[in-house]
Amino acid sequence: MNIALTIMIDGLTYASWLFIVALGLTLVFGVLKILNVAHGSFYALGAYAAASLVGWFASMQLAPELSLIAMLLAAVGVAVIVAPLCERGLLRIFYGRDEVLLVLVTYALFLILEDVTKIIWGVNPFYLSEPYALFGNVDIGKQSYVGYDFLLVIVAIVVGFIVWWGLNRTRIGKIVLAVIHSEEIAASMGVNVSRIYTLAFGTGIFLAALGGALTAPMISVQPGISVGVVILSFAVVIIGGLGSIPGAAIGALIVGIARSAAVHLMPVAELFSIYLVMAVVLMFRPEGLFQRSQARKI
Amino acid sequence: MQQTITTQRALSKISIIAAAMLFTLGAAASANAADEFKIGIVSFLSGQAADSFGVPAVNGAKVLIEAFNNGTAPAPYNKKGFGGMKIVPVYVDENGGATKQVQELRNLYERENVDVVVGYVGSGDCLAVAPVAEEMKRFLILYDCGTPRIFEEANYKYVFRTASHAAMDNVGAVRYLKARNVKIEGFNMINQDYAWGHDSLKDFTLSMQVLYPQSKALSDQRPKFGAGQYGTEISQLMSNPADVTHSSLWGGDLQAMILQAAPRGLFKKSQVVLTAADHVLTPLGDKMPDGVIIGARGAYGQMAPKSALNDWWWSEYQKANAGVYPVQAPYRMAQALMGLKLAVEKAMTANKKGGKPSIEQIAEALRGSEWEAPAGRIKMALGDGHQAIQAAAFGRTRYDAAKKMVVLDDIQRFAAECVNPPANMKSDEWIKAGFPGAKCN
Repeated sequence: MNIALTIMIDGLTYASWLFIVALGLTLVFGVLKILNVAHGSFYALGAYAAASLVGWFASMQLAPELSLIAMLLAAVGVAVIVAPLCERGLLRIFYGRDEVLLVLVTYALFLILEDVTKIIWGVNPFYLSEPYALFGNVDIGKQSYVGYDFLLVIVAIVVGFIVWWGLNRTRIGKIVLAVIHSEEIAASMGVNVSRIYTLAFGTGIFLAALGGALTAPMISVQPGISVGVVILSFAVVIIGGLGSIPGAAIGALIVGIARSAAVHLMPVAELFSIYLVMAVVLMFRPEGLFQRSQARKI
Repeated sequence: MQQTITTQRALSKISIIAAAMLFTLGAAASANAADEFKIGIVSFLSGQAADSFGVPAVNGAKVLIEAFNNGTAPAPYNKKGFGGMKIVPVYVDENGGATKQVQELRNLYERENVDVVVGYVGSGDCLAVAPVAEEMKRFLILYDCGTPRIFEEANYKYVFRTASHAAMDNVGAVRYLKARNVKIEGFNMINQDYAWGHDSLKDFTLSMQVLYPQSKALSDQRPKFGAGQYGTEISQLMSNPADVTHSSLWGGDLQAMILQAAPRGLFKKSQVVLTAADHVLTPLGDKMPDGVIIGARGAYGQMAPKSALNDWWWSEYQKANAGVYPVQAPYRMAQALMGLKLAVEKAMTANKKGGKPSIEQIAEALRGSEWEAPAGRIKMALGDGHQAIQAAAFGRTRYDAAKKMVVLDDIQRFAAECVNPPANMKSDEWIKAGFPGAKCN
């Protein structure tokens, strides 16, 4: 098979899960102006919750196909239970304070959630590889891909479209956009900004947890999985522009394809390639590819 | 005035009582220090290495220390504690990076007043803490980390490693391929992008050049530690199919790679060789492909030689750990603690004053010593008696549905002197020179 096609397919599949997670990160930043270091912890919680729920479905001898529903429910569960606790119980207290302080608060939250995960699930790994085999294999040239990888691509496209449509074509989405532009004016127009914050944070956390739940069948779910993904997600949203949904999509694609090309053509430069791309983008577009330059408020 | 004098007397009494209590407590602490042997045990209790290495190693330490303290271990380990001194472990998490470990090491010596530190899985951690312990003139045993550089690039008086370094794993793997007559024209590699992975791929490549001089390295994948996603690397390995695919991945990284590569057929297209993989057999179960050649960084677990000591160790570990059998990390911890016990007791015998021996006496006793461990004989033969050598073993995986576990077939053990360099040579020089002095029969 043509190596260029292999690079594109690998890049696309890698970009798809990265996009789902990075979309949540960029949404939270766009609305709440919080660079959420704990985003990876919600990804891990999604993976653990999916492992538990899929295991429970299996013990109930339900059809393996229903494990996909279980994974979705796991992500919803994390968003409904954990996100409001964190946002209402902790982050709300620090709204309006220095952005650096909020970064430190989310870092503290990251450390807390790491330990919470260990207290609940322990340090032993969890496996839920059954969903990974649900879609068989797809042979393209010399390569045999797992069908599940392509499912991730479809899910990423659908999720991206739903979030875009929700923001741009629905009433609540327009309210969210109003808050993004100016929370003060939105509040003066009668918008319950606090509720929008909770909604946006919950949606962002749902996307992180969904990314974790969808990735869980491909990995051993164990302590430490939250770190790598958040670093990559930061790279994606910095390339695309903080708070931009098209930016997250293009950023994920760029990272995925750059990494894939490096692995195929120059493996020693794999990690370097991602940050090289980021550095080049920042040299010419310090605000990211899809972030418009903004006048500073005085 | 009277009230002031009364208050002064009361304060004076309190001072005398407090001083007496301090003296008593001090004396008791001093007596305890003489009757106890405090060991700082450092291993991953959190993070990605916890499940595969850190926690099993600590579980092994707990089993062994309890048996030592109760005097229930078999001879020659049947004296209570260390020569009658109660062993008091202090467990510390290795997670957090080399800088943190240096600080934790200092804390263990200076605040916890441990007599010895036994620890470290990470090669980077070992490279960082070894010079610190030496500078502080405190006793340190490295029980697991693999990089050969520790004693090949520096000399130590107070630092020891009671397990073989990574050269053994890769020399042994190539010897196994040769012994099993595996035809190899090309080989691929996938190793982590840090000291352990780099050392492993170098030793494997050099060994292949000696034993399979016609073979060529086709692909050299170096994913970062904790990558999790290996789809692209697997595509690349399958784009250039090789007769053999070598990997020193371990822990969660290895499990993720296997889970992603198996359904894509990598294990059917290439003979995969995993040099440090026995610890993933139990967690993966039937998801572990058949026919994979695996090593365990020693003759550990299912590949351990039959002996009364190994039977006892296996049984005690299983009893304490819900039937899970011990693999490389607990085995390596066990051989470290057994070597230390014998060295302390030997030093106590040599100590004419009696009682707890000095660090220098323990170091002298451990240097160049040999002892029987569950995995066979451990010899402190390299690094001027500070670096151990031991036998290696390899086998092929097969899932046994009746036993509901992965078993190993075609197990072959290699003598320590067959897969480790001699005392006067660095690993890579020894391999490049064609293994001079190797004793393989």
